[in-house]
Amino acid sequence: MTIAIESPASAGPLAPGADAAIETSGLTKRFGHDTVVADLALHVPAGSVFGFLGPNGSGKTTTIRMLLGLLAPDDGEVRLLGRRVPAAARDVLPAIGALIDGPAFYPWLSGRRNLWRLDASGPDGRRSTRAARIEEALARVGLTAAGDKRFKAYSLGMRQRLGLANALLRPRQLLILDEPTNGMDPQGTREIRHLVRELAAEGTTVFLSSHLLAEVEQVCTHVAVMSAGRLVSQGSLADLRAAARPVLRIETDDVTTAVGVLHSLALDATAEGTRVVAPLAGARPEDVCRALVEAGVGVRGLAVERPSLEDTFVALTGEGFDVAQ
Amino acid sequence: MWRNELATLFRRRRTQAMLLTLMAVPVAITLAVRFAGGPDNGEGPNFLSQVTHNGVFAALAGLTVTLPFFLPMAVAVVAGDAVAGEASLGTLRYLLTRPAGRTRLLASKGLTTIVFCLAATAAVAVAGLVAGVIFFPVGRVTTLSGDTLPLAQGMLRISLAAVLIGASLLGLAAIGLFVSTITDVPVGAMAGTLAVFILVGVLDALPQTRALHPWLFTQHWLSYGDLLRTHVQWDGILRNLGLQGLYVAVFGSAAWARFTSKDILA
Repeated sequence: MTIAIESPASAGPLAPGADAAIETSGLTKRFGHDTVVADLALHVPAGSVFGFLGPNGSGKTTTIRMLLGLLAPDDGEVRLLGRRVPAAARDVLPAIGALIDGPAFYPWLSGRRNLWRLDASGPDGRRSTRAARIEEALARVGLTAAGDKRFKAYSLGMRQRLGLANALLRPRQLLILDEPTNGMDPQGTREIRHLVRELAAEGTTVFLSSHLLAEVEQVCTHVAVMSAGRLVSQGSLADLRAAARPVLRIETDDVTTAVGVLHSLALDATAEGTRVVAPLAGARPEDVCRALVEAGVGVRGLAVERPSLEDTFVALTGEGFDVAQ
Repeated sequence: MWRNELATLFRRRRTQAMLLTLMAVPVAITLAVRFAGGPDNGEGPNFLSQVTHNGVFAALAGLTVTLPFFLPMAVAVVAGDAVAGEASLGTLRYLLTRPAGRTRLLASKGLTTIVFCLAATAAVAVAGLVAGVIFFPVGRVTTLSGDTLPLAQGMLRISLAAVLIGASLLGLAAIGLFVSTITDVPVGAMAGTLAVFILVGVLDALPQTRALHPWLFTQHWLSYGDLLRTHVQWDGILRNLGLQGLYVAVFGSAAWARFTSKDILA
């Protein structure tokens, strides 16, 4: 079911000349002595699907709350769709759909009634189209049949879907989705991915936060990586992949000689059992191979491996289950 | 927006249960007087003895019995829950990013709380009136001055008394709304509001704090009785309304200052 009510392009006030859907500079938030977000300079290009990555506790949700005017930054500024927030919040927020820190609704009201209340509580939600918009949003997230159940009877996945339906109630220029697949089964996760692609194809900028790289990798055009309140990387996914250092792996019985040869080529080689590993660091693999053979090393295998995005992500944010301090 | 707010409040089972409980009070009084025998004249709470002569007094008897605790408790629950309840559900962040506007949201919460104060007293009055009319004769209304008024005028006076009692609750409601903006825990806000109410009761009972008495919001709560004199005495009534207005202005502003500058972490 598709009801075209307004095209996203007419939904809101992207300031003329603004090429960024979200732009922050020097954004800082402190809670007491803790600096939770430090000097953040985000640049989310209009039309991108932007993955906002970072382990739990790295400041993603705090950043999102500042973007949406729920928290006042201690320093720095935020521009959404080219307009200063919170000053222009009333003009700009109606064009932004958000799912913040999980869905939240009135347990004693039905899903439909909850959407009705939220739509009626702010500007730019025409009453004459409300019922149709609610039905369209529910259909988009697959909740049409459960729309009249009370929210308290919803499963975690259904709650998440209702949260998304709320973000889709009006035509949007920008969607800010904080961990949108939390609590969803694999089928639901795939539907969300599909939905994000569909929205992006319609021209909506999607800002997607997650601590799971695999989740954003398949849909995003751009990523930013947060660690302990700081931005450690930002750019297109292609750039991040390219920045990943390729590694040379050599299989041989003569590990000691191989390491020696690599060192003579100024490569930082280390031995791991019958393997020698070294960052390629600009050397040509064919030259390395020739040098090894000339030195009499029996090369059983030689491979250049690019670290997965996952490895890059872990290298940027640090490994382990500990919440970042 | 505030109509929507009202619908959300009154669709809630808790609100409905509170109103039904309040309505049960005058009904229970009426039944008790009818079937267990009323107190002799001059005994028991105000207006109770008059119920046997005229059923419409059941409305006033109900209001008089619920005013000292039942009504303030219900108001503390609704006002305390107003903002803190949204915060604890998490709906506050969605309302504010909608954007509902902080001032606008607080205003509609305030308006809804006022409506609830009036609805609660109206519920008690109507339930009492219905029960009284069913079980007792109805006729001319005897005033506190000893005269009688025609039924229609008596009813008008009793309705005015109900509205006035509703308005008497506004000071407490404003305090509740303010407390509601300083915590994300609704039970805390409700308990805090009730604690203020109890404290005011204690201060009112102590002769040592006499200097404070004119400023306590409960000071003129019983002024609605002046409506039941043959010639209405407006002094106390106006002082009551003025005092409630003062509390609404002071605590309403405090709530606004707090809520519009608050970091929303819930």
